[in-house]
Amino acid sequence: MVPVLQVENLRVHFFLDEGVVRAVDGVSFSLEAGKTLGIVGESGSGKSVIGLSILSIVPAPGRIVDGRILLRVDGTGSEPSQVDLVKLNPSGPEARALRGHDVAMIFQEPMNSFSPVHSIGSQIMEALKLHTDVSRHEARNRAIEMLRKVGIPQPERRIDVYPHELSGGMRQRAMIAMALVCNPRILIADEPTTALDVTVQAQILDLLRSLQEEFGMAILFISHNLGVIAEISHDVLVVYFGRVMEHAPVDVLFSEALHPYTRALLKSVPGIDTPVRNYLATIEGTLPDPSTQIPGCPFFGRCTECEGLTICRDEPYELTKVADHHYLACPRLCIRS
Amino acid sequence: MSQSEPLLQVVDLKKHFPIHRGVFRKVVGAVRAVDGVSFSMDPGDTLGIVGESGCGKTTVARMIMAAYRPTSGEIWFHPSNGEPRVDLAQIGHAAMRSIRPHIQMVFQDPFASLNPRMTVRQILAEPLVVNKVCRGRELEDRVRELVELVGLKIQHLNRYPHAFSGGQRQRISIARALALYPRLIVADEPTSALDVSVQAQIVNLCLEIQDRLGLAYLFISHDLGLVRHFSRKIVIMYVGKVVEQALAQPLFARPLHPYTEALLSNVPSTRPSRSTHKIILRGDPADPINPPSGCPFHPRCLYAQTVCAEVVPPLEEVEPGHLAACHFADTLHLMGCDALGCVI
Ligand SMILES: Nc1ncnc2c1ncn2[C@@H]1O[C@H](COP(=O)(O)OP(=O)(O)O)[C@@H](O)[C@H]1O
Ligand SMILES: Nc1ncnc2c1ncn2[C@@H]1O[C@H](COP(=O)(O)OP(=O)(O)O)[C@@H](O)[C@H]1O
Ligand code: SF4
Ligand SMILES: [Mg+2]
Ligand SMILES: [Mg+2]
Repeated sequence: MVPVLQVENLRVHFFLDEGVVRAVDGVSFSLEAGKTLGIVGESGSGKSVIGLSILSIVPAPGRIVDGRILLRVDGTGSEPSQVDLVKLNPSGPEARALRGHDVAMIFQEPMNSFSPVHSIGSQIMEALKLHTDVSRHEARNRAIEMLRKVGIPQPERRIDVYPHELSGGMRQRAMIAMALVCNPRILIADEPTTALDVTVQAQILDLLRSLQEEFGMAILFISHNLGVIAEISHDVLVVYFGRVMEHAPVDVLFSEALHPYTRALLKSVPGIDTPVRNYLATIEGTLPDPSTQIPGCPFFGRCTECEGLTICRDEPYELTKVADHHYLACPRLCIRS
Repeated sequence: MSQSEPLLQVVDLKKHFPIHRGVFRKVVGAVRAVDGVSFSMDPGDTLGIVGESGCGKTTVARMIMAAYRPTSGEIWFHPSNGEPRVDLAQIGHAAMRSIRPHIQMVFQDPFASLNPRMTVRQILAEPLVVNKVCRGRELEDRVRELVELVGLKIQHLNRYPHAFSGGQRQRISIARALALYPRLIVADEPTSALDVSVQAQIVNLCLEIQDRLGLAYLFISHDLGLVRHFSRKIVIMYVGKVVEQALAQPLFARPLHPYTEALLSNVPSTRPSRSTHKIILRGDPADPINPPSGCPFHPRCLYAQTVCAEVVPPLEEVEPGHLAACHFADTLHLMGCDALGCVI
C-alpha cells in the first residue's frame, strides 16, 4: 500500500556566512493514514525544519538540497499516484492548494498562526473558503461545528471572539479547528503542547487522538518531550544532528531501544524506577557545531557504548533495518550483526 | 544542637495585586496571586512546590526574596543558629542587607539573569565585593573555587555569558548563588529551558552541592517527576492556595486531593506498554482574578458535591504529616502512582 506521505533522503541546508548548516541531512520516513509518527530529539536537531519542508515553507537561507517528499494522490478509480512536493514551486498554485487542504500544521504558539485583528471564526472560514467552494453561511456552520468538535464550549458565541480573548488551551483548540476544517490527510504538529500545563496538555493529546480516530488523518507529531511522544505516537523517529538515529514502533523504542543515543536520552529522565536523589545519567559534551561535516555517527565522542571504535567515526551514516519496522544508524551494532 | 527550629516558616501568606482601570487608576479588583500559603522547611531540607502556570509559585518565591511585600502573612527565616529569626514579610531594607547573603535565587532563564556585559569573573566577584566578603588574592581564590564547584574551568572566567550554552549559563547562575554561602537557595524552574540531558547534569550538580554544603533548596517546578526525584517534601498549589502537602513518598503513593490525583494521571508516561489511567479534567485552570467560590478546584473536580461550591475547604492534617484541602479528603479513595500506572 502506498503511504500517504513518503519522505526520502531529505536534505535541508542553511547557507550562512559562517558555513553550511546541515539542519536535515538525509532523513527518510513515511506516514500512514490514521497513524501518528513521533519525531523526538533535543533542540536544534532538525525536527521543525522537517515539518516546514513538507509544507514547502523552509525560510531562507534554508533550501531543500536533496530528497523527495512524495504525497499520495488518489485519482478517481485508478491506482493512486504520487506527487513530489519538492519539485513544486513553493509559491505556485499547486503547492498553495496542497497546504491547508492536504497538509496542515499546528505550532507551539497559536498566536503565530492567527492574525490578532480578525476573529477566530473569520479566520477558520477563510481557510475553508480558500480550499473549498462553500457559501458564507455554510462556511460559518462548518466553522462552528469544528469548534464544537475541538471542545470549545458555546461555539456559536465563541466563533466571534479574537484570539487574545481565549486561554492558552482554548487557543490551541481553535488552532486545531482551523488546521482540520478542510479535513487534511496529514497534520503536522510541532510541539503543540509544549507551552501548556500538564492537565491542559492531557486534554489536547486526548483531543488529537479522538480527532484522528474520527477523521483518519496521519499525524507527524514533533516534540522534545519523550513522555508526550510515548503517549501519542504509534512509531517514533529519534533525530540527532539532522539525522535519524533510530526508528521503531513506540513500545519497542521505549522498552528495547538499541541506539546508544536513544538509550542515553531515556535514562536522563527520572522515572519511578530511578532511585530518588540518585545522580541521573547524563550525556556528556555538547552537540557538534552544526556547520561541521561528520561522515560517521554524529554521536561519536559523546557515546559511552562504542569505546571509541573507529568504525563509528568513519563508517558513512546509514539507517539499517535490524528487525521488522526497526531501523538503526549505529555502525557498531549494524555492521557487526 | 537542636534542629527543632525551622529554617523557613511561611504562615498564611497572601499577595493580591490590585487591578487598576481608567484615567484615575481606580482599583477595580485584585489578582489573588497567592491566597493563603503555609509551609515550613528545615535546614538542609528540600521542598518542592508544584503547580500549573499562574498558580502563584513565582510570587511566593519573590516574597521570600523580599522582592515583593506580602499583602498579609508571615515569612519567618532563621539566618543561623544562635541568631533570632526574622519575619521577611515585615523586614526593612537595612535589615534585609544582612539576611540577603543567606537566601539566594536561581531563575528559569539563564539568558536573562546574567549581565551580558560582565565576564564570568565579574559576575561571580560582584556579590563578594558588594558584601565586602573578600578582596584581592582571596577574592580571586573564591571565584576560582566557585567556578570549579559548578563544573566549569578557570579559563571560563574571562568569557562573557553569550559564549556559553544554556546549561553552562545555569551553572554560572548557580555559582553566583553560592558565592555568599547561602543557607537557602530558591530555584524557580531552573531546568525548564534546558534539554533533558542537560537538565540531568544540572539536577546532579544541585544534588552534589547539597551533599557537600548542606544547604536547603526551595525547588519550584511544574515537572512532577523532577520534583519527586529531588524533594523530600512537596507542596501542591492551585490558584494561589496550597491544596496538598506531604512527604514525597506518601504523596505519590496515596494522594489525598483530587487535583493531585489528576496531575499524577496526566504526567506523560515513557512506558507506553504500561496501562495508564488518565483523568482528563474539564476546562482550564482557574483564574486568580476571579477564583471560583468554595473550593477553587470545584469546577474541574470529578468528586465535587454541592458543599464544594459553597464552603472553602481548609488545609487540614488528614494523616500524620499529610495535609489536604478537600472536604472529602478522608473519605475519597484516590488513586496513587501504582493504581494510575503513572511512572514518575
Ligand atoms: N532560519 C534559520 N536560519 C539558520 N539556521 C536555522 C534556521 N532555522 C533552523 N536553523 C538551524 O537548523 C537546525 C535545526 O533547527 P530546528 O529544525 O529548528 O531544530 P529543532 O526543531 O529540532 O529544535 C539548527 O541547527 C538551527 O540552527
Ligand atoms: N507583578 C504582578 N502584577 C500583577 N499580577 C501579577 C504580578 N506577578 C504575577 N501576577 C499574577 O499572579 C498570578 C501568579 O503568577 P506567578 O506567581 O508568576 O505564577 P507561577 O509562577 O505559578 O506561574 C498570575 O495570574 C500572574 O498573572
Ligand atoms: S473540596 Fe470538593 S471540589 Fe474541592 S477537591 Fe474536594 S471534592 Fe473536589
Ligand atoms: Mg523546533
Ligand atoms: Mg513562575
